[in-house]
Amino acid sequence: MTVGKTRLGDFAMARSGDKGDGSNVGVFVQNEADYEFLVAFLTPERVKQHFGHICHGEVVRFEAPNMLALNFLLGDSLGGGGSESLLTDAQGKTHGLALLEMVVERPERA
Amino acid sequence: MRDQVLVANGQGFWGDSILGPVRLVREGPLDYLALDYLAEVTMSIMQKLKSRDPNAGYATDFIRMLDRTYPDLAEKGVKVIANAGGVNPRACMDAAVQLARKKDIRGLRVGVVLGDDILTRIPELLASGQDLANMDTGAPLSTVADKITSANVYIGAGPVAECLAAGADIVIGGRITDPALVAGPLLHEFGWSAQDYAKLAAATVAGHIVECGPQCTGGNFTAWREVRDFVRIGYPIIEAHPDGSFFVTKHPGTGGLIDRRTVISQLLYEMGDPNRYLGPDCTANFASARIHDAGPDRVRVDGVEGAPPPETYKVSISYHSGFKAVGQLTVSGPDAVDKAHLCAEIVFGRLALDGVTFAEHEKLIELVGTGVCHAGIVPAADPPEVVLRLGVKSPDRAKVDRFGMEIVPLVTSGPPGVTGFAGGRPKATEIISYWPALLPRELVETSVEVQEV
Repeated sequence: MTVGKTRLGDFAMARSGDKGDGSNVGVFVQNEADYEFLVAFLTPERVKQHFGHICHGEVVRFEAPNMLALNFLLGDSLGGGGSESLLTDAQGKTHGLALLEMVVERPERA
Repeated sequence: MRDQVLVANGQGFWGDSILGPVRLVREGPLDYLALDYLAEVTMSIMQKLKSRDPNAGYATDFIRMLDRTYPDLAEKGVKVIANAGGVNPRACMDAAVQLARKKDIRGLRVGVVLGDDILTRIPELLASGQDLANMDTGAPLSTVADKITSANVYIGAGPVAECLAAGADIVIGGRITDPALVAGPLLHEFGWSAQDYAKLAAATVAGHIVECGPQCTGGNFTAWREVRDFVRIGYPIIEAHPDGSFFVTKHPGTGGLIDRRTVISQLLYEMGDPNRYLGPDCTANFASARIHDAGPDRVRVDGVEGAPPPETYKVSISYHSGFKAVGQLTVSGPDAVDKAHLCAEIVFGRLALDGVTFAEHEKLIELVGTGVCHAGIVPAADPPEVVLRLGVKSPDRAKVDRFGMEIVPLVTSGPPGVTGFAGGRPKATEIISYWPALLPRELVETSVEVQEV
């Protein structure tokens, strides 16, 4: 099996928003094979490392296989959240696209 | 009983486009128009308005919306469910009734759902042993008791259905949950039992999908190049059936896109644990929903499982927690990034000269254009110009205002190429913080009233 480097955004979609002083990032794919890869590859540790400059709390992951989706809660990622935050992206609206920038090594299929 | 009911969402938040509801009512058939006007801090803003004027404290956009749509609503018999009442639902009802009279619309019944606003009950609740502890931090509410600016219980579909059963054509409430604006009419129309948790869960999922309006019809969608005609984007409509299954659709001929992917995107929005979505009506399992493409701009959802709701209601409390100000200016090249960093140093350096200092966590320095949204993820760019955003927060209003006065002077006393001060001096604004808490259900009593025009 060969392995190819690709952006997560080349085969996944995402949406994000605020949850208190953290954000949620939902990411999903279009087929079972990609989902299997996503579940194995996209660990909370990898996501925490990816958002190292943004997420200062814990990363929690939930699975929703009916949507071929993973949902991540990024603790303390909004500079206080709500009206407390001074950040441009005080609601984590762009965190979904930030996750899709991740470079992944995915098995190539015929 | 009807075999299908059409419920649209025409307003995702206070500030959403008025074209949403106006076009939904005009461009196709509809039974109910649901409108969401509240966010977590909206109630606090409304309490402030009400403290200055006892007739204020609701979403005035709602009355402007009725001014544009009343004749169409009345003629087509479209009923309206809105949480536009904010902290003064009765005043909102009165305004809606007066407007109908002015426009000579007769026989219309405007209803109101009361009981969510517990601001004046807080001292009594604390005294009786309810600690209303912060769900995130565990701290008891007594620690901020003197700073509370609003307190509202999230109420569900039950009181909305009750108000419809009492004959209301327009239902106005305060902190009705976003999904209940859709679930309420379905509970009423289909005569579901309040213990039929699977159906209530399905209605909750439907309400969640449409609660942000066009965010499920192509708005904010990853594959945005596939979305046609953003200008005329269609707002979403739930075609609901008595068995709890439903379709997500929009009026024919409108712009945007609905498919499995746009619906899943919105299902994931502001999601916590998808297996347990807690609400006042039920606990919905979003991970049980089956989502299928069912034709162009048409998605079917079924199979949603539900369980009883928690024994507590969630309470949204807001409290005053200091002041903040943010100012920005544009720095052109050459060397835009270096010059912007110097500008930030100058501002905070001069404030320190005058004895005004801020802790690191009270300061913000952002160079917009270099990759601030995706910090540490995309390589920082070296753009021909940047927008420098400077901000501070503090419990001390005077310090925050002093900061605001030290930005504009940079135009003549900093590096060259600094411009874009059109906003003038940034002023201190209040920080309203959110305090989520729980309250036993038996301590909350809702009621409905209906007035005929």
